[in-house]
Amino acid sequence: MAAISREEVAHLARLSRLAVTEEELDTFAGQLDVILQAVAQVGEVAAADIPPTSHSVPLTNIFREDVVTPCLTPEEALSGAPDAEDQRFRVPRILTEDVAS
Amino acid sequence: MTTTLPAYDEVVARYEPVIGLETHVELGTNTKMFCGCPTDFGGEPNTRVCPVCLGLPGSLPVANKAAIEAIIRIGLALNCSIAEWCRFARKNYFYPDMPKNFQISQYDEPICVDGFLDVEVGGETVRIEIERVHLEEDTGKTLHVGGATGRIHGATESLVDYNRAGIPLVEIVTKPITGTGALAPDVAKAYVAELRDVIRTLGVSDVRMEEGSLRCDVNTSLNLPGAEWGTRTETKNVNSLRSVERAVRSEMLRQASVLDAGGRITQETRHFHEDTGDTTPGRSKETATDYRYFPEPDLVPIAPDPAWVAELKAALPELPRVHRRRLQEQWGLSDLDMQSVLNAGAVELIEATVAAGTTPAAARKWWLGELSRRANESGVELAEIGATPAQVAELQGLVDAGKLNDKMARTVLEGVVDGEGSPTEIMTNRGLEVVSDTGALTAAVDEAIAANPGIADKIRSGKVAAVGALVGAVMKTTRGQADAKTLRELILERLGVQG
Repeated sequence: MAAISREEVAHLARLSRLAVTEEELDTFAGQLDVILQAVAQVGEVAAADIPPTSHSVPLTNIFREDVVTPCLTPEEALSGAPDAEDQRFRVPRILTEDVAS
Repeated sequence: MTTTLPAYDEVVARYEPVIGLETHVELGTNTKMFCGCPTDFGGEPNTRVCPVCLGLPGSLPVANKAAIEAIIRIGLALNCSIAEWCRFARKNYFYPDMPKNFQISQYDEPICVDGFLDVEVGGETVRIEIERVHLEEDTGKTLHVGGATGRIHGATESLVDYNRAGIPLVEIVTKPITGTGALAPDVAKAYVAELRDVIRTLGVSDVRMEEGSLRCDVNTSLNLPGAEWGTRTETKNVNSLRSVERAVRSEMLRQASVLDAGGRITQETRHFHEDTGDTTPGRSKETATDYRYFPEPDLVPIAPDPAWVAELKAALPELPRVHRRRLQEQWGLSDLDMQSVLNAGAVELIEATVAAGTTPAAARKWWLGELSRRANESGVELAEIGATPAQVAELQGLVDAGKLNDKMARTVLEGVVDGEGSPTEIMTNRGLEVVSDTGALTAAVDEAIAANPGIADKIRSGKVAAVGALVGAVMKTTRGQADAKTLRELILERLGVQG
Protein backbone atom coordinates (compact mmCIF):
# COMPACT_ATOMS: atom_id res chain seq x y z
CA MET A 1 0.00 0.00 0.00
CA ALA A 2 1.24 3.45 -0.89
CA ALA A 3 2.47 5.61 2.01
CA ILE A 4 0.85 8.68 0.45
CA SER A 5 -2.08 8.85 -1.94
CA ARG A 6 -2.47 11.03 -5.01
CA GLU A 7 -5.38 12.79 -3.22
CA GLU A 8 -3.18 13.59 -0.24
CA VAL A 9 -0.56 15.12 -2.50
CA ALA A 10 -3.27 17.21 -4.18
CA HIS A 11 -4.50 18.33 -0.74
CA LEU A 12 -1.01 19.36 0.34
CA ALA A 13 -0.48 21.20 -2.92
CA ARG A 14 -3.69 23.15 -2.34
CA LEU A 15 -2.69 24.00 1.25
CA SER A 16 0.69 25.21 -0.03
CA ARG A 17 -0.93 27.18 -2.87
CA LEU A 18 1.07 25.23 -5.46
CA ALA A 19 -0.42 24.86 -8.93
CA VAL A 20 0.28 21.20 -9.66
CA THR A 21 -0.84 19.62 -12.94
CA GLU A 22 -2.50 16.22 -13.15
CA GLU A 23 0.71 14.73 -14.58
CA GLU A 24 2.82 16.29 -11.84
CA LEU A 25 0.49 14.80 -9.22
CA ASP A 26 1.30 11.35 -10.55
CA THR A 27 5.02 12.10 -10.58
CA PHE A 28 5.15 13.65 -7.09
CA ALA A 29 2.90 11.05 -5.53
CA GLY A 30 5.27 8.36 -6.80
CA GLN A 31 8.40 10.19 -5.65
CA LEU A 32 7.03 11.13 -2.22
CA ASP A 33 5.85 7.56 -1.74
CA VAL A 34 9.38 6.25 -2.25
CA ILE A 35 10.76 8.77 0.25
CA LEU A 36 8.10 8.02 2.87
CA GLN A 37 8.55 4.26 2.47
CA ALA A 38 12.28 4.69 3.05
CA VAL A 39 11.69 6.78 6.16
CA ALA A 40 9.07 4.31 7.40
CA GLN A 41 11.76 1.61 7.61
CA VAL A 42 12.99 3.36 10.76
CA GLY A 43 9.68 2.51 12.38
CA GLU A 44 10.21 -1.17 11.59
CA VAL A 45 13.46 -1.41 13.52
CA ALA A 46 12.35 0.78 16.43
CA ALA A 47 11.08 -1.43 19.22
CA ALA A 48 8.12 -0.49 21.38
CA ASP A 49 10.43 0.77 24.12
CA ILE A 50 11.97 3.43 21.86
CA PRO A 51 9.95 6.64 22.00
CA PRO A 52 9.47 8.73 18.83
CA THR A 53 12.23 11.30 18.44
CA SER A 54 11.33 14.92 17.81
CA HIS A 55 14.75 16.39 18.64
CA SER A 56 18.17 15.10 17.78
CA VAL A 57 19.76 16.45 20.97
CA PRO A 58 18.64 15.19 24.40
CA LEU A 59 18.26 18.63 25.96
CA THR A 60 15.43 20.42 27.74
CA ASN A 61 14.88 23.93 29.14
CA ILE A 62 17.14 25.96 26.91
CA PHE A 63 16.00 29.49 27.72
CA ARG A 64 17.33 32.99 27.23
CA GLU A 65 17.04 35.88 29.66
CA ASP A 66 14.44 38.55 28.89
CA VAL A 67 16.96 41.12 27.69
CA VAL A 68 16.55 43.33 24.62
CA THR A 69 19.05 42.81 21.81
CA PRO A 70 19.52 45.08 18.77
CA CYS A 71 16.99 44.86 15.96
CA LEU A 72 17.49 45.24 12.24
CA THR A 73 16.81 48.66 10.75
CA PRO A 74 13.61 48.78 8.66
CA GLU A 75 15.82 49.18 5.57
CA GLU A 76 17.73 46.01 6.46
CA ALA A 77 14.50 44.18 7.31
CA LEU A 78 12.91 45.08 3.98
CA SER A 79 16.06 44.68 1.88
CA GLY A 80 15.24 41.11 0.90
CA ALA A 81 11.53 41.71 0.35
CA PRO A 82 10.22 41.44 -3.21
CA ASP A 83 8.16 44.59 -2.63
CA ALA A 84 7.59 47.15 0.11
CA GLU A 85 5.38 50.17 0.73
CA ASP A 86 5.16 52.57 3.69
CA GLN A 87 7.95 50.68 5.46
CA ARG A 88 5.86 47.52 5.29
CA PHE A 89 6.20 44.25 3.40
CA ARG A 90 3.92 44.34 0.40
CA VAL A 91 2.33 41.02 -0.57
CA PRO A 92 -0.57 39.94 -2.76
CA ARG A 93 -3.83 39.70 -0.83
CA ILE A 94 -4.57 36.29 0.62
CA LEU A 95 -8.15 35.22 1.03
CA THR A 96 -10.03 32.26 2.44
CA GLU A 97 -7.43 31.01 4.93
CA ASP A 98 -7.84 31.88 8.57
CA VAL A 99 -5.22 33.85 10.43
CA ALA A 100 -3.43 32.13 13.26
CA SER A 101 -4.50 32.13 16.91
CA MET B 1 -31.60 39.85 5.91
CA THR B 2 -34.26 41.32 8.16
CA THR B 3 -35.70 38.72 10.46
CA THR B 4 -37.43 39.63 13.67
CA LEU B 5 -35.44 38.23 16.56
CA PRO B 6 -37.33 36.35 19.27
CA ALA B 7 -37.45 37.77 22.79
CA TYR B 8 -34.51 36.73 24.99
CA ASP B 9 -36.77 35.33 27.71
CA GLU B 10 -38.48 33.07 25.19
CA VAL B 11 -35.17 31.87 23.81
CA VAL B 12 -33.80 30.80 27.18
CA ALA B 13 -37.12 29.20 28.07
CA ARG B 14 -36.88 26.94 25.01
CA TYR B 15 -33.14 26.44 24.44
CA GLU B 16 -30.09 25.71 26.56
CA PRO B 17 -26.94 27.63 25.63
CA VAL B 18 -23.45 26.14 25.72
CA ILE B 19 -20.62 28.64 25.60
CA GLY B 20 -16.86 28.42 25.51
CA LEU B 21 -14.20 31.10 25.59
CA GLU B 22 -10.75 31.33 24.08
CA THR B 23 -8.81 34.23 25.46
CA HIS B 24 -5.48 35.50 24.18
CA VAL B 25 -3.24 37.50 26.47
CA GLU B 26 -0.13 39.29 25.23
CA LEU B 27 2.52 38.98 27.92
CA GLY B 28 4.26 42.11 29.14
CA THR B 29 7.79 40.72 28.80
CA ASN B 30 10.57 43.06 27.69
CA THR B 31 11.32 40.95 24.65
CA LYS B 32 9.57 38.67 22.19
CA MET B 33 8.96 34.96 22.74
CA PHE B 34 11.88 33.62 20.77
CA CYS B 35 14.19 36.59 20.13
CA GLY B 36 15.46 39.72 21.85
CA CYS B 37 13.34 42.27 19.96
CA PRO B 38 11.49 44.68 22.27
CA THR B 39 7.71 44.36 22.69
CA ASP B 40 6.75 47.99 23.34
CA PHE B 41 3.49 49.11 21.78
CA GLY B 42 3.24 51.55 18.89
CA GLY B 43 6.68 51.65 17.24
CA GLU B 44 7.19 52.63 13.59
CA PRO B 45 6.46 49.68 11.25
CA ASN B 46 9.15 46.96 11.12
CA THR B 47 11.46 48.59 13.65
CA ARG B 48 11.15 45.73 16.20
CA VAL B 49 12.25 42.89 13.96
CA CYS B 50 15.30 40.67 13.61
CA PRO B 51 16.27 37.60 11.57
CA VAL B 52 14.51 35.28 14.08
CA CYS B 53 11.07 36.93 14.10
CA LEU B 54 11.32 37.58 10.34
CA GLY B 55 11.99 33.86 9.85
CA LEU B 56 15.15 34.48 7.82
CA PRO B 57 17.07 31.35 6.79
CA GLY B 58 19.56 30.08 9.36
CA SER B 59 18.02 31.90 12.32
CA LEU B 60 17.02 29.87 15.38
CA PRO B 61 14.49 30.65 18.11
CA VAL B 62 15.31 30.42 21.83
CA ALA B 63 12.46 30.54 24.37
CA ASN B 64 12.17 33.56 26.69
CA LYS B 65 12.50 32.37 30.29
CA ALA B 66 10.34 35.21 31.61
CA ALA B 67 7.48 34.12 29.33
CA ILE B 68 7.74 30.51 30.52
CA GLU B 69 7.68 31.71 34.10
CA ALA B 70 4.68 33.97 33.40
CA ILE B 71 2.58 31.20 31.85
CA ILE B 72 3.37 28.80 34.69
CA ARG B 73 2.23 31.47 37.16
CA ILE B 74 -0.98 32.00 35.14
CA GLY B 75 -1.55 28.23 35.11
CA LEU B 76 -1.03 28.01 38.86
CA ALA B 77 -3.38 30.94 39.53
CA LEU B 78 -6.00 29.13 37.42
CA ASN B 79 -5.54 25.94 39.46
CA CYS B 80 -4.02 24.04 36.53
CA SER B 81 -1.62 21.12 36.54
CA ILE B 82 1.74 22.09 35.10
CA ALA B 83 3.09 19.63 32.53
CA GLU B 84 6.27 17.86 33.57
CA TRP B 85 7.39 17.82 29.95
CA CYS B 86 5.96 19.49 26.87
CA ARG B 87 6.91 20.78 23.44
CA PHE B 88 6.21 23.60 21.09
CA ALA B 89 4.57 22.77 17.77
CA ARG B 90 4.43 24.36 14.36
CA LYS B 91 1.02 25.46 13.16
CA ASN B 92 1.27 25.70 9.38
CA TYR B 93 -1.00 27.99 7.42
CA PHE B 94 -0.88 30.18 4.37
CA TYR B 95 -1.29 33.77 5.42
CA PRO B 96 1.36 36.50 5.54
CA ASP B 97 0.82 37.60 9.16
CA MET B 98 3.67 35.25 10.09
CA PRO B 99 6.73 35.53 7.86
CA LYS B 100 7.71 31.89 8.43
CA ASN B 101 4.43 30.52 7.03
CA PHE B 102 3.86 28.91 10.38
CA GLN B 103 3.26 30.03 13.92
CA ILE B 104 5.10 28.46 16.83
CA SER B 105 2.38 27.31 19.20
CA GLN B 106 1.55 24.32 21.35
CA TYR B 107 -0.71 21.54 20.19
CA ASP B 108 -1.32 18.32 22.07
CA GLU B 109 1.13 19.13 24.88
CA PRO B 110 0.06 22.44 26.45
CA ILE B 111 2.12 23.58 29.42
CA CYS B 112 -0.92 23.98 31.74
CA VAL B 113 -4.03 21.77 31.79
CA ASP B 114 -7.21 21.07 33.76
CA GLY B 115 -7.74 24.14 35.90
CA PHE B 116 -10.69 26.21 36.99
CA LEU B 117 -11.67 29.76 37.79
CA ASP B 118 -14.55 30.61 40.12
CA VAL B 119 -16.58 33.66 39.16
CA GLU B 120 -19.47 35.39 40.90
CA VAL B 121 -22.62 35.91 38.88
CA GLY B 122 -25.87 37.14 40.41
CA GLY B 123 -24.72 36.19 43.91
CA GLU B 124 -23.82 32.66 42.84
CA THR B 125 -20.38 31.17 42.36
CA VAL B 126 -19.96 29.57 38.94
CA ARG B 127 -16.94 27.35 38.44
CA ILE B 128 -15.49 27.72 34.95
CA GLU B 129 -13.37 24.71 34.01
CA ILE B 130 -10.17 25.52 32.18
CA GLU B 131 -9.20 23.04 29.50
CA ARG B 132 -5.71 24.32 28.72
CA VAL B 133 -3.35 27.26 28.85
CA HIS B 134 -0.64 27.31 26.22
CA LEU B 135 2.06 29.56 24.87
CA GLU B 136 2.42 30.78 21.30
CA GLU B 137 3.68 33.79 19.40
CA ASP B 138 1.55 36.71 18.27
CA THR B 139 1.22 37.54 14.60
CA GLY B 140 2.11 40.63 12.59
CA LYS B 141 -0.40 43.24 11.55
CA THR B 142 -1.71 43.26 8.00
CA LEU B 143 -3.15 46.32 6.34
CA HIS B 144 -5.27 45.62 3.27
CA VAL B 145 -4.93 48.15 0.50
CA GLY B 146 -6.26 48.64 -2.99
CA GLY B 147 -9.90 48.31 -1.98
CA ALA B 148 -12.14 51.16 -0.93
CA THR B 149 -12.77 49.94 2.60
CA GLY B 150 -9.42 48.84 3.96
CA ARG B 151 -11.05 45.50 4.72
CA ILE B 152 -9.81 42.34 3.10
CA HIS B 153 -12.80 42.20 0.75
CA GLY B 154 -11.94 44.14 -2.34
CA ALA B 155 -8.31 44.61 -1.35
CA THR B 156 -5.66 43.72 -3.88
CA GLU B 157 -2.54 43.95 -1.71
CA SER B 158 -1.62 43.53 1.93
CA LEU B 159 1.03 45.57 3.73
CA VAL B 160 2.59 43.80 6.68
CA ASP B 161 4.23 45.13 9.83
CA TYR B 162 6.00 42.43 11.86
CA ASN B 163 6.58 44.44 15.05
CA ARG B 164 3.96 42.37 16.87
CA ALA B 165 5.04 39.06 15.30
CA GLY B 166 6.66 36.92 17.95
CA ILE B 167 5.34 38.70 21.06
CA PRO B 168 4.52 35.99 23.62
CA LEU B 169 0.85 35.18 23.59
CA VAL B 170 -0.92 33.01 26.14
CA GLU B 171 -4.07 31.23 25.03
CA ILE B 172 -6.53 30.23 27.73
CA VAL B 173 -9.31 27.86 26.68
CA THR B 174 -12.32 26.95 28.79
CA LYS B 175 -14.14 23.67 28.67
CA PRO B 176 -17.70 24.00 27.36
CA ILE B 177 -19.75 25.93 29.93
CA THR B 178 -23.20 24.42 30.36
CA GLY B 179 -26.20 24.90 32.60
CA THR B 180 -25.97 28.67 32.89
CA GLY B 181 -29.24 29.28 30.98
CA ALA B 182 -30.30 32.90 30.82
CA LEU B 183 -27.12 33.93 32.65
CA ALA B 184 -24.80 32.67 29.88
CA PRO B 185 -23.94 36.18 28.59
CA ASP B 186 -23.26 37.40 32.15
CA VAL B 187 -21.18 34.33 32.95
CA ALA B 188 -19.07 34.95 29.84
CA LYS B 189 -18.49 38.57 30.83
CA ALA B 190 -17.79 37.70 34.47
CA TYR B 191 -15.26 35.06 33.41
CA VAL B 192 -13.31 37.42 31.16
CA ALA B 193 -13.40 40.14 33.85
CA GLU B 194 -12.16 37.72 36.51
CA LEU B 195 -9.47 36.34 34.22
CA ARG B 196 -8.33 39.87 33.42
CA ASP B 197 -8.16 40.71 37.14
CA VAL B 198 -6.18 37.54 37.91
CA ILE B 199 -3.66 38.24 35.16
CA ARG B 200 -3.34 41.89 36.13
CA THR B 201 -2.76 40.83 39.75
CA LEU B 202 0.02 38.53 38.58
CA GLY B 203 1.60 41.51 36.81
CA VAL B 204 2.38 39.52 33.66
CA SER B 205 0.36 41.61 31.22
CA ASP B 206 -1.38 44.97 31.18
CA VAL B 207 -4.48 43.10 29.83
CA ARG B 208 -5.92 46.10 28.01
CA MET B 209 -8.72 44.98 25.72
CA GLU B 210 -8.74 48.27 23.80
CA GLU B 211 -5.05 47.91 22.94
CA GLY B 212 -5.47 44.27 22.04
CA SER B 213 -3.34 42.79 24.81
CA LEU B 214 -6.44 40.83 25.88
CA ARG B 215 -8.52 39.40 23.04
CA CYS B 216 -11.47 37.10 23.23
CA ASP B 217 -13.20 34.60 20.93
CA VAL B 218 -16.59 33.36 22.05
CA ASN B 219 -18.13 30.01 21.09
CA THR B 220 -21.89 29.74 21.33
CA SER B 221 -24.42 27.01 20.59
CA LEU B 222 -28.01 26.26 21.50
CA ASN B 223 -29.73 22.94 22.07
CA LEU B 224 -33.17 21.80 23.11
CA PRO B 225 -33.34 20.64 26.75
CA GLY B 226 -32.02 17.10 27.00
CA ALA B 227 -30.82 17.05 23.39
CA GLU B 228 -27.22 16.90 22.18
CA TRP B 229 -25.27 20.12 21.96
CA GLY B 230 -25.98 22.19 18.91
CA THR B 231 -23.55 23.31 16.22
CA ARG B 232 -21.39 26.11 17.53
CA THR B 233 -20.20 29.32 15.99
CA GLU B 234 -17.02 31.15 16.95
CA THR B 235 -17.38 34.91 17.30
CA LYS B 236 -14.14 36.83 16.88
CA ASN B 237 -13.28 40.50 17.32
CA VAL B 238 -14.87 40.73 20.76
CA ASN B 239 -12.79 43.48 22.30
CA SER B 240 -14.48 44.76 25.43
CA LEU B 241 -16.14 43.19 28.45
CA ARG B 242 -19.46 44.62 27.47
CA SER B 243 -19.03 43.15 23.99
CA VAL B 244 -18.42 39.67 25.41
CA GLU B 245 -21.86 39.79 27.00
CA ARG B 246 -23.49 41.36 23.94
CA ALA B 247 -21.85 38.90 21.55
CA VAL B 248 -23.16 35.85 23.43
CA ARG B 249 -26.63 37.34 23.76
CA SER B 250 -26.86 38.41 20.13
CA GLU B 251 -25.59 35.04 18.90
CA MET B 252 -28.12 33.20 21.10
CA LEU B 253 -30.94 35.30 19.63
CA ARG B 254 -29.71 34.83 16.06
CA GLN B 255 -29.29 31.07 16.41
CA ALA B 256 -32.73 30.75 18.03
CA SER B 257 -34.34 32.56 15.12
CA VAL B 258 -32.60 30.24 12.63
CA LEU B 259 -33.59 27.12 14.60
CA ASP B 260 -37.17 28.36 15.10
CA ALA B 261 -37.51 28.71 11.35
CA GLY B 262 -36.44 25.08 10.94
CA GLY B 263 -32.97 26.01 9.72
CA ARG B 264 -29.62 24.66 10.84
CA ILE B 265 -26.62 26.48 12.26
CA THR B 266 -23.53 26.54 10.10
CA GLN B 267 -20.25 25.95 11.92
CA GLU B 268 -18.42 29.13 11.08
CA THR B 269 -16.40 32.06 12.31
CA ARG B 270 -18.48 35.19 12.86
CA HIS B 271 -17.38 38.75 13.42
CA PHE B 272 -18.76 40.94 16.17
CA HIS B 273 -19.54 44.56 15.41
CA GLU B 274 -19.22 46.99 18.29
CA ASP B 275 -21.53 49.57 16.68
CA THR B 276 -24.55 47.37 15.96
CA GLY B 277 -23.92 44.71 18.63
CA ASP B 278 -24.56 41.85 16.21
CA THR B 279 -22.45 39.31 14.37
CA THR B 280 -21.94 38.66 10.66
CA PRO B 281 -20.56 35.50 9.07
CA GLY B 282 -16.86 35.23 8.34
CA ARG B 283 -15.16 32.24 6.84
CA SER B 284 -17.17 29.03 6.86
CA LYS B 285 -15.46 26.11 8.56
CA GLU B 286 -17.16 23.49 6.41
CA THR B 287 -13.80 22.60 4.92
CA ALA B 288 -11.96 21.68 8.10
CA THR B 289 -8.75 23.60 8.59
CA ASP B 290 -5.62 21.53 8.33
CA TYR B 291 -2.74 23.14 10.17
CA ARG B 292 -0.44 20.10 9.90
CA TYR B 293 0.89 20.55 13.42
CA PHE B 294 4.17 18.86 14.21
CA PRO B 295 6.73 19.23 17.03
CA GLU B 296 8.90 22.32 16.53
CA PRO B 297 12.35 20.87 15.78
CA ASP B 298 14.17 24.15 16.48
CA LEU B 299 13.14 24.33 20.16
CA VAL B 300 13.95 21.77 22.82
CA PRO B 301 11.19 20.49 25.12
CA ILE B 302 10.25 22.34 28.30
CA ALA B 303 10.47 20.32 31.53
CA PRO B 304 9.80 22.73 34.41
CA ASP B 305 11.67 21.74 37.55
CA PRO B 306 9.00 20.81 40.14
CA ALA B 307 10.95 22.76 42.76
CA TRP B 308 10.78 25.88 40.58
CA VAL B 309 7.03 25.39 40.04
CA ALA B 310 6.52 24.96 43.80
CA GLU B 311 8.50 28.14 44.40
CA LEU B 312 6.37 30.08 41.89
CA LYS B 313 3.20 28.71 43.48
CA ALA B 314 4.27 29.74 46.96
CA ALA B 315 5.04 33.25 45.71
CA LEU B 316 1.67 33.87 44.00
CA PRO B 317 0.10 37.15 45.15
CA GLU B 318 -3.29 37.41 46.86
CA LEU B 319 -5.74 36.63 44.05
CA PRO B 320 -8.69 38.92 43.26
CA ARG B 321 -11.37 36.76 44.87
CA VAL B 322 -9.54 36.64 48.19
CA HIS B 323 -8.62 40.29 47.87
CA ARG B 324 -12.27 41.24 47.25
CA ARG B 325 -13.44 39.28 50.25
CA ARG B 326 -10.97 41.21 52.39
CA LEU B 327 -12.15 44.54 50.95
CA GLN B 328 -15.79 43.60 51.48
CA GLU B 329 -15.02 43.07 55.13
CA GLN B 330 -13.07 46.34 55.41
CA TRP B 331 -15.81 48.30 53.69
CA GLY B 332 -18.53 46.59 55.73
CA LEU B 333 -20.61 45.58 52.71
CA SER B 334 -23.21 42.84 52.41
CA ASP B 335 -22.75 40.19 49.70
CA LEU B 336 -25.39 41.94 47.62
CA ASP B 337 -23.73 45.35 47.94
CA MET B 338 -20.36 43.88 47.07
CA GLN B 339 -21.94 42.19 44.08
CA SER B 340 -23.22 45.49 42.76
CA VAL B 341 -19.75 47.01 43.21
CA LEU B 342 -18.35 44.07 41.26
CA ASN B 343 -20.98 44.23 38.52
CA ALA B 344 -20.20 47.89 38.04
CA GLY B 345 -16.50 47.09 37.64
CA ALA B 346 -15.83 49.46 40.53
CA VAL B 347 -13.75 47.40 42.98
CA GLU B 348 -10.37 48.82 42.05
CA LEU B 349 -11.76 52.31 41.52
CA ILE B 350 -13.31 52.42 44.97
CA GLU B 351 -10.19 50.88 46.48
CA ALA B 352 -8.03 53.59 44.90
CA THR B 353 -10.45 56.33 45.95
CA VAL B 354 -10.38 55.07 49.53
CA ALA B 355 -6.58 54.95 49.35
CA ALA B 356 -6.71 58.63 48.33
CA GLY B 357 -8.43 59.47 51.61
CA THR B 358 -12.18 59.08 51.02
CA THR B 359 -14.44 56.97 53.22
CA PRO B 360 -15.58 53.70 51.62
CA ALA B 361 -19.22 54.82 51.78
CA ALA B 362 -18.57 58.10 49.95
CA ALA B 363 -16.33 56.45 47.36
CA ARG B 364 -18.98 53.82 46.69
CA LYS B 365 -21.70 56.47 46.43
CA TRP B 366 -19.93 58.35 43.62
CA TRP B 367 -18.75 55.35 41.62
CA LEU B 368 -22.03 53.42 41.80
CA GLY B 369 -24.22 56.53 41.53
CA GLU B 370 -23.42 59.38 39.18
CA LEU B 371 -20.44 57.76 37.50
CA SER B 372 -22.09 54.40 36.81
CA ARG B 373 -25.10 56.23 35.42
CA ARG B 374 -22.90 58.25 33.06
CA ALA B 375 -20.95 55.12 32.03
CA ASN B 376 -24.20 53.29 31.20
CA GLU B 377 -25.51 56.25 29.24
CA SER B 378 -22.39 56.47 27.10
CA GLY B 379 -21.91 52.70 26.88
CA VAL B 380 -18.36 52.66 28.24
CA GLU B 381 -16.67 50.78 31.06
CA LEU B 382 -16.66 52.61 34.37
CA ALA B 383 -12.85 52.67 34.38
CA GLU B 384 -12.92 54.55 31.07
CA ILE B 385 -15.46 57.15 32.14
CA GLY B 386 -12.87 59.95 32.34
CA ALA B 387 -12.97 60.50 36.10
CA THR B 388 -10.10 59.14 38.19
CA PRO B 389 -10.14 57.92 41.80
CA ALA B 390 -7.92 60.91 42.70
CA GLN B 391 -10.51 63.32 41.25
CA VAL B 392 -13.37 61.62 43.08
CA ALA B 393 -11.39 61.85 46.32
CA GLU B 394 -10.72 65.55 45.63
CA LEU B 395 -14.43 66.13 45.01
CA GLN B 396 -15.43 64.42 48.24
CA GLY B 397 -12.78 66.49 50.02
CA LEU B 398 -14.53 69.66 48.81
CA VAL B 399 -17.85 68.31 50.07
CA ASP B 400 -16.35 67.41 53.43
CA ALA B 401 -14.83 70.89 53.70
CA GLY B 402 -18.31 72.37 53.21
CA LYS B 403 -17.33 74.06 49.93
CA LEU B 404 -19.72 72.02 47.81
CA ASN B 405 -23.16 70.74 48.68
CA ASP B 406 -24.38 67.46 47.25
CA LYS B 407 -26.16 68.97 44.29
CA MET B 408 -23.19 71.14 43.33
CA ALA B 409 -20.84 68.18 43.72
CA ARG B 410 -22.89 66.29 41.15
CA THR B 411 -22.61 69.20 38.74
CA VAL B 412 -18.85 69.39 39.28
CA LEU B 413 -18.55 65.63 38.70
CA GLU B 414 -20.40 65.98 35.40
CA GLY B 415 -17.76 68.56 34.48
CA VAL B 416 -14.95 66.16 35.43
CA VAL B 417 -16.43 63.44 33.22
CA ASP B 418 -16.76 65.96 30.38
CA GLY B 419 -13.06 66.76 30.70
CA GLU B 420 -13.39 70.29 32.09
CA GLY B 421 -10.54 69.78 34.55
CA SER B 422 -10.09 68.95 38.22
CA PRO B 423 -12.99 69.35 40.67
CA THR B 424 -11.36 72.45 42.20
CA GLU B 425 -10.85 74.04 38.79
CA ILE B 426 -14.42 73.34 37.75
CA MET B 427 -15.77 74.68 41.04
CA THR B 428 -13.82 77.91 40.52
CA ASN B 429 -14.53 78.25 36.80
CA ARG B 430 -18.23 77.70 37.18
CA GLY B 431 -18.47 79.82 40.35
CA LEU B 432 -19.94 76.89 42.21
CA GLU B 433 -18.94 77.46 45.81
CA VAL B 434 -21.24 77.19 48.79
CA VAL B 435 -22.00 80.72 50.00
CA SER B 436 -20.44 80.67 53.43
CA ASP B 437 -20.04 84.43 53.67
CA THR B 438 -22.56 84.91 56.49
CA GLY B 439 -23.04 88.58 55.65
CA ALA B 440 -24.29 87.85 52.15
CA LEU B 441 -26.33 84.94 53.39
CA THR B 442 -27.87 86.92 56.23
CA ALA B 443 -28.92 89.62 53.78
CA ALA B 444 -30.56 87.01 51.57
CA VAL B 445 -32.34 85.50 54.58
CA ASP B 446 -33.63 88.86 55.77
CA GLU B 447 -34.85 89.60 52.28
CA ALA B 448 -36.72 86.28 52.14
CA ILE B 449 -38.29 86.90 55.57
CA ALA B 450 -39.45 90.37 54.48
CA ALA B 451 -40.90 88.98 51.24
CA ASN B 452 -42.81 86.20 53.02
CA PRO B 453 -44.25 87.72 56.20
CA GLY B 454 -47.00 85.06 56.47
CA ILE B 455 -44.53 82.19 56.51
CA ALA B 456 -42.26 84.06 58.94
CA ASP B 457 -45.21 84.46 61.34
CA LYS B 458 -46.04 80.76 61.11
CA ILE B 459 -42.49 79.85 62.07
CA ARG B 460 -42.48 82.36 64.90
CA SER B 461 -45.69 80.83 66.23
CA GLY B 462 -43.99 77.42 66.43
CA LYS B 463 -44.58 75.80 63.04
CA VAL B 464 -40.88 75.20 62.48
CA ALA B 465 -41.57 72.85 59.55
CA ALA B 466 -42.55 75.87 57.47
CA VAL B 467 -38.89 76.89 57.42
CA GLY B 468 -38.50 74.78 54.27
CA ALA B 469 -40.31 77.39 52.20
CA LEU B 470 -37.84 80.07 53.28
CA VAL B 471 -34.86 77.76 52.69
CA GLY B 472 -36.21 77.25 49.18
CA ALA B 473 -36.58 80.97 48.63
CA VAL B 474 -33.00 81.69 49.72
CA MET B 475 -31.68 78.79 47.63
CA LYS B 476 -33.37 80.40 44.66
CA THR B 477 -31.75 83.81 45.19
CA THR B 478 -28.31 82.24 45.87
CA ARG B 479 -28.66 79.86 42.85
CA GLY B 480 -28.42 76.83 45.11
CA GLN B 481 -25.03 77.79 46.42
CA ALA B 482 -25.91 77.68 50.11
CA ASP B 483 -25.64 74.79 52.49
CA ALA B 484 -29.19 73.82 53.42
CA LYS B 485 -28.38 72.92 57.01
CA THR B 486 -26.50 76.17 57.70
CA LEU B 487 -29.27 78.11 56.02
CA ARG B 488 -31.98 76.53 58.15
CA GLU B 489 -30.13 77.38 61.33
CA LEU B 490 -29.55 80.95 60.16
CA ILE B 491 -33.23 81.53 59.32
CA LEU B 492 -34.36 80.25 62.71
CA GLU B 493 -31.73 82.41 64.39
CA ARG B 494 -32.91 85.54 62.53
CA LEU B 495 -36.50 84.76 63.53
CA GLY B 496 -35.45 84.18 67.12
CA VAL B 497 -36.83 80.63 67.14
CA GLN B 498 -35.16 77.58 68.70
CA GLY B 499 -34.50 74.78 66.13
